[in-house]
Amino acid sequence: MDPSPQTLPAETRAALYVQVWAALLVLTGLLALVSRQGQTFATLGLLTLTPLKAGLVLYFFMHLKDEGLLLRTVVLVTLGTLLIFFALLFADAALR
Amino acid sequence: MNSPAEASQASYLADPSGKGLRGWLLTVDHKRIGVLYLLAMMSFFVVAMSLGFLMRLVQLTAFKGLVSAQTYNALFTVHGVIMIFLFVIPGLPAVFGNFLLPILIGARDVAFPRLNLASWYFFMAGALVALASLFLGGGAPDTGWTFYVPFSVRTTTNVSLAVFGVFLLGFSSMLTGINFITTTHRLRAPGMTFFRLPLFVWGLYASAWVQVLATPILAITLVLVILERLFGVGIFDPSRGGDPLLYQHLFWIYSHPAVYIMIVPAMGAISEILPTFAQRTVFGYKAIAYSSLAIAGVGSLVWGHHMFTSGMSDAANVIFSLLTMVVAIPSAIKVFNWVSTLYRGAIDFQPPLLFALTFIVLFCIGGLTGVIQGALSVNIHLHDTYWIVGHFHYVMFGGAAFGFFAALLYWFPKMFGRMYSRAWIYASWFPIFIGFNMLYGGMLVLGVMGMPRRYYAHLPRFHAMHVEVTVGSWLLVLGLLIYLGTLVYALFRGERAGSNPWHGVTLEWRIASPPPPDNFAELPVITTGPYVFPEGPP
Amino acid sequence: MSEEHDAFAGRLGMWLFLATEVVLFGGLFIAYAVLRNRYPADFHRAGAAMEVALGLTNTVVLLTSSLTVALATDALRRGLRLRAQGFLAASLGLGLVFLGIKGFEWAAKFHHGLYPKAAHLATLPQGEQVFFGLYFTMTGLHAVHVLAGLALLAAMLAMARRGTLRAIVLENAGLYWHLVDIIWIFLLPLFYLAA
Repeated sequence: MDPSPQTLPAETRAALYVQVWAALLVLTGLLALVSRQGQTFATLGLLTLTPLKAGLVLYFFMHLKDEGLLLRTVVLVTLGTLLIFFALLFADAALR
Repeated sequence: MNSPAEASQASYLADPSGKGLRGWLLTVDHKRIGVLYLLAMMSFFVVAMSLGFLMRLVQLTAFKGLVSAQTYNALFTVHGVIMIFLFVIPGLPAVFGNFLLPILIGARDVAFPRLNLASWYFFMAGALVALASLFLGGGAPDTGWTFYVPFSVRTTTNVSLAVFGVFLLGFSSMLTGINFITTTHRLRAPGMTFFRLPLFVWGLYASAWVQVLATPILAITLVLVILERLFGVGIFDPSRGGDPLLYQHLFWIYSHPAVYIMIVPAMGAISEILPTFAQRTVFGYKAIAYSSLAIAGVGSLVWGHHMFTSGMSDAANVIFSLLTMVVAIPSAIKVFNWVSTLYRGAIDFQPPLLFALTFIVLFCIGGLTGVIQGALSVNIHLHDTYWIVGHFHYVMFGGAAFGFFAALLYWFPKMFGRMYSRAWIYASWFPIFIGFNMLYGGMLVLGVMGMPRRYYAHLPRFHAMHVEVTVGSWLLVLGLLIYLGTLVYALFRGERAGSNPWHGVTLEWRIASPPPPDNFAELPVITTGPYVFPEGPP
Repeated sequence: MSEEHDAFAGRLGMWLFLATEVVLFGGLFIAYAVLRNRYPADFHRAGAAMEVALGLTNTVVLLTSSLTVALATDALRRGLRLRAQGFLAASLGLGLVFLGIKGFEWAAKFHHGLYPKAAHLATLPQGEQVFFGLYFTMTGLHAVHVLAGLALLAAMLAMARRGTLRAIVLENAGLYWHLVDIIWIFLLPLFYLAA
């Protein structure tokens, strides 16, 4: 097998993955509960718990944890770009 | 295949492992792919140029009835779609980026050669679908190349088809962007650090990021237009609760950065040409490199300046106007650096230099008119007039396309191993330059006078200016035909060019003209910056 | 032309492609945000028509499929080919379950006349119409990507069975699948919970 330079050869990460999965399920349940408390809570949950879940997938399942500056920059620049589009667009949409 | 260089096996054009039509249509050689793009794009350019010619002709009283008003709408729509999506956006990256990026960084090909070929096929597929929309059932789209809702949702013309064609073209752009970014990061020759990269590579790199990050917004916007037309999803259509301004935002979030995809590589080519014909290193290398990134970055934040009169909030108007002023700064930095590069250089006056200097002049006019219309109060008067049409032709044609033509003159001998007639190119320049300024300078005047754009007819008080503008278009077309004719002739009958006719010092000039299939016999090891010229005359 | 097996280049290329997908869906998220901002009450009312249980079930299904893909990559890296194939097959199965549930949901909406251009939908307030327009568009586009992901996973499984699957290739395919999961992670609250 040709291992990627990022992962350790003989070691397994299976346990870690299962833990992350469990955390994702817990967060999902939390999100569902929080959303039942009303619109404001639902929106807050959307803005905090959801990115957290996405972050877990990115960091562990997608191995961003092991990647260098370049790939992290790709991710950051992409997200930053989207955020800026959002913000500038809402400068119009929210204040019209 | 009409192979202009029938000579050595050493040429990528005559590569025995890639014979005949199959050898070209299934090639993964970045040089051949660049040539494929060139042939296709020049053909599309001529088609769109003819449409433009026709649009101007119809403004003369004698030819008024030549086309109907409906057809006129289709003419300016298709002229825009072809010029923008089939010529200027693929532009320098598709032709010169593909041909030269690997060579300039000392590599044998791009990171993903087969993906590169796929990009070309997406380009051709998109082109064919878009062109098909001209002829099939509903008739050529009449919405303008901007496809604004709600009209684009209501009109019975082939909007869905045309828009799907553009969607496919977007894939070509995105995949090329991915390829170029990866190539630049992974395939540089030993010793070629980022700050030893030729400035054309910096231009391609900055533009590639915009291709990757902005094009998908266009893709989804176009998909939504199709869904709106087919299924009435109600996202844009105001009669179903949608927001037409949302369309404009999403459309321009791509289409403004798109113009930086057009211009930044062209600026990169100018940064290659000037040091060669001044025989000295570029002034302010890092400033030019960083400004490419800055233009790409800030240029992605200014899209609202297309919408000042559409009903955005005051806050948005002010923010976008301010950012629009800011984006002029990195471009201006480049102009100052270029001029400083030439100052006290050993100027060798050749056709590429002439066209590069013309680029600087025309781009400055275009850029400055952009700053003018970026002021909110002025914009109210000028928006959707001929001023805007004049402005964007100065930057997209006088800028990006002239950069393309300059790059073609510069790298033609390298790509095809032939030299063209300098006399005929100089001859073409006069009608091109005079015609261009009559045409688009005249449009600036018409705009200030109040002539709206995309109008089939015009009031009598505009007529004299329209005639001047049309005559300008004739001169311009004449000049372009001479230019193109000269190059086509040179392809088959031009004198053989050596490996370094211009005494350049970047890597492409060290290999044969045309280059061998593998580019380098031995991959180079880089020990200096890109523009180190020998002391004294060459 | 020499083919250099540069694993990092392949990964960089895939991440850049994923960036385009993120921006593609990002445009839709922007559209959702703008229209929700415009019709807060209508979105809330329309959201009540959604089956939260199905949305949550599908979330669990997709999250688990991400786990199995990660486990497949881990197994392949350790040389445990059969185990990798098992995990890949599980991922494929879960993906199909996801699509099945989605299909069921869509059918229910059609049945209730809650789809674009339906007569019943046209009687509802405009904001609710827009909600469902967005729902079908976004989950539809997502489903298309799930399908593409399944095709990719199926190809991986076929290669694994033939013994020609390299860990770095599976890793890249996995990246795509995880992104499809991430998009659903965002779609869940947008349509099922926060509406």
